[in-house]
Amino acid sequence: MDFLTIIQILDSTVRLATPLLLACLAGLYSERAGVFDIGLEGKMLAAAFMSAAVAYVSGSVWLGLLAGVGASLALSVIHGLASITFRGNQLISAVAINFLAAGLTVLIAQSWFQQGGRTPSLIGGARFEPITLPFADSLAGVPFIGPIYSDLISGHSALVYIALAMVPLTWWILYRTRFGLRLRAVGENPAAVDTAGVSVTGLRYAAVAICGVLCGLAGAYLATGLQAGFVKDMTAGRGYIALAALIFAKWRPWYALGATLLFGLLQAVALRYQNIDLGGVVIPVQFMDALPYILTVIILAGFVGKAIPPRAGGEPYVKER
Amino acid sequence: MVDNQQTGRPEMVAPDASRAPAIELRGISKAFGPVQANKDISIRVMPGTIHGIIGENGAGKSTLMSILYGFYKADKGEIFVNGDKKNITDSQTAIAAGIGMVFQHFKLVQNFTVLENVILGAEDGALLRPSLAKARKELTALAKEYELNVNPDAVVEDLSVGHQQRVEILKALYRQAEILILDEPTGVLTPAEADHLFRILENLRREGKTIILITHKLREIMEITDTVSVMRRGQMTATVKTSETSPEQLAELMVGRKVLLRVDKTAANPGDTVLEVRGLRVRDEAGVERLKGIDLDIRAGEVLGIAGVAGNGQSELLQVLGGMRSGKGSIRVNGQELDLTGLKSDARSRRKRGIAHVPEDRQREGLIMDFHAWENVAFGYHDDPKYQRGLFMDNDALRQDTQAKMAKFDVRPPDCWLSAKSFSGGNQQKIVVAREIERNPDLLLIGQPTRGVDIGAIEFIHEQIIALRDQGKAILLVSVELDEIFALSDRIAVMFDGQIMGVRDPAQTNEKELGLMMAGITDTGPQGQEASRNG
Repeated sequence: MDFLTIIQILDSTVRLATPLLLACLAGLYSERAGVFDIGLEGKMLAAAFMSAAVAYVSGSVWLGLLAGVGASLALSVIHGLASITFRGNQLISAVAINFLAAGLTVLIAQSWFQQGGRTPSLIGGARFEPITLPFADSLAGVPFIGPIYSDLISGHSALVYIALAMVPLTWWILYRTRFGLRLRAVGENPAAVDTAGVSVTGLRYAAVAICGVLCGLAGAYLATGLQAGFVKDMTAGRGYIALAALIFAKWRPWYALGATLLFGLLQAVALRYQNIDLGGVVIPVQFMDALPYILTVIILAGFVGKAIPPRAGGEPYVKER
Repeated sequence: MVDNQQTGRPEMVAPDASRAPAIELRGISKAFGPVQANKDISIRVMPGTIHGIIGENGAGKSTLMSILYGFYKADKGEIFVNGDKKNITDSQTAIAAGIGMVFQHFKLVQNFTVLENVILGAEDGALLRPSLAKARKELTALAKEYELNVNPDAVVEDLSVGHQQRVEILKALYRQAEILILDEPTGVLTPAEADHLFRILENLRREGKTIILITHKLREIMEITDTVSVMRRGQMTATVKTSETSPEQLAELMVGRKVLLRVDKTAANPGDTVLEVRGLRVRDEAGVERLKGIDLDIRAGEVLGIAGVAGNGQSELLQVLGGMRSGKGSIRVNGQELDLTGLKSDARSRRKRGIAHVPEDRQREGLIMDFHAWENVAFGYHDDPKYQRGLFMDNDALRQDTQAKMAKFDVRPPDCWLSAKSFSGGNQQKIVVAREIERNPDLLLIGQPTRGVDIGAIEFIHEQIIALRDQGKAILLVSVELDEIFALSDRIAVMFDGQIMGVRDPAQTNEKELGLMMAGITDTGPQGQEASRNG
């Protein structure tokens, strides 16, 4: 394996990790506030479709992005209504959203574009173009550093950099701001927040809304950055892998970056080498695909430290006496 | 309404007659459906005093305080704070009016530091740093002023219960509370922690704060309050100066009839040894040794009380005897060895050997809160031929029996179709006690029989325990309430750090001696040696 191959795999890792990272951070906000969300998948899917559809029709990827975020937010509001206002079961609500998104996107795509449930391919301004960072071209010739800078660090679309910037931003919000303190508190003990005179409902809606926006970015990146258009079920379980990464990261932003990069790397390797031959033992590609989940089970079983979810997670807040 | 001036306490600043009451409630009524929780309640709490509110569980104390703290809205009535009429709609307005509340179950975020808990909801701006710095300074000042020492950087879950309670008080004071409501504050504290709390409350009173203390413990009322209001069935039955009343009078006002504060019992008449424990050792899930070689004997017709600060192995002892945990060593019941680790080490096998168990935590181990009363009473009787009808259970028979047990044990309301959670704490406990005593066991294990139970029910449960003893049964009583241990036990064993520190005769020991033993101090004087003759 030569240096260039490594660079290419890492480059592909960053691109594949981006939607995972955005979705993982989305789940982080929601779950840290005590609202479990296995509906990341559905929200990403809805956002992927709407962003591709609007980007195709308008020719503007930014309008597409906005529409994608809007679609994801709309589903977030449904999840919020069901699980916060009406105190329903968060798992059931989110599963319903996943089904709704899986069905509706294909149905609407077929009715709008008649291409078998997909959107037409996006070209030009309807897609996120790679951003070339300053000096990328002039440094390209420099040995070692050149390829790292120009191929690995430079040349990604805007959403990749936004996703990476979200990590320190999320950390700062969680641990350095009033909103973050309250958000973490409401996921641990909503009664403490309530008796302190702060609205539990308001905080949880805010968290769910942030989750919607980030899922929207993740979905839009899939359809307009990573690929050129929407195809049926294009999220392909990324929402669940993001959840696995969230557990792997123990609900912490920097760990989330590490976990999603690791899972991104696994995907990149699986994509490049179908079956990996390790001196006679062939590792099938399916094993690489399953690895994120296997790792998560190992984490959950408590082999690598303990992953303690937010204590009030999954439970609607009912005021007691 | 009795006026509250001149409480007759020389060390107190005499309340100024011209000052408006810190809190005045006029005609407060609140109904939940058909249940009238508060009925036309009026009360005046004078500034700079400690005002006790006492009443049985379900008397409406907590509802009243929840109205004052904005958790519920009263159907009728007015609230005045320092003479001004206030419309308290939520916690926010209560805090703004200078009211702070320390709940029975603390409202703390377990994995936050003390500082973070204190500023939560009272931050000065969008960024935390300045708020944290300010709170740190303030906490240091408060610690000095009121003996409220807590490490501001400690994580709450690492703190003892007593310290967590201090954090709750600090939270209220940080929010400039002038009026502090404490709901059953000593229920979870050790005697030493309770003493410290009372010192803090006295310091607060000296600084002019007003304190409302809700409790069902008469001793606390007598010890610390200036004025006491008694509630019964949603009504305020009296407000009196503490110095002019007695525990007996208060108890009578609470339950509406005369109450025996000491249990009437004859001397024990012990028979053969029922329970014989030798060298019992238990490790918990984390591998920590919780019981370090316990030797115990209980004979038929006697109550052995286990005293000790919670967490010194009493729970593990009950669990291993009840078959909920495995252990090493030897336990014999009526001379027969029990299986401590194998297939027959479960609760069901223990019941077959004549052991009944009233667990310490009735809501987690004694009952399923969402099940009907009759389903709860059925636990442990599923394979009783009496309740079998072919392949099916004879639910009608079960319900009839439940109804009979509820009548016998005075469970109110006597409706076997109500779910366990709709009964008050005392009546829940009566259901569990009825189920276990009606099993007619040779040995009854009973843990914290009256925790969170009102006086009327305490009296009743105590009578049942003594009645069972008088039928010649052996009883192992575990309680953190020394009063209860003294009232019921024929012999008292003190546990500390997984060991029995000694066995005493209740007639020949006192709280001080037991208190020292509970703290692990083994000064076995001559009288102690003598008293352990039975053990």
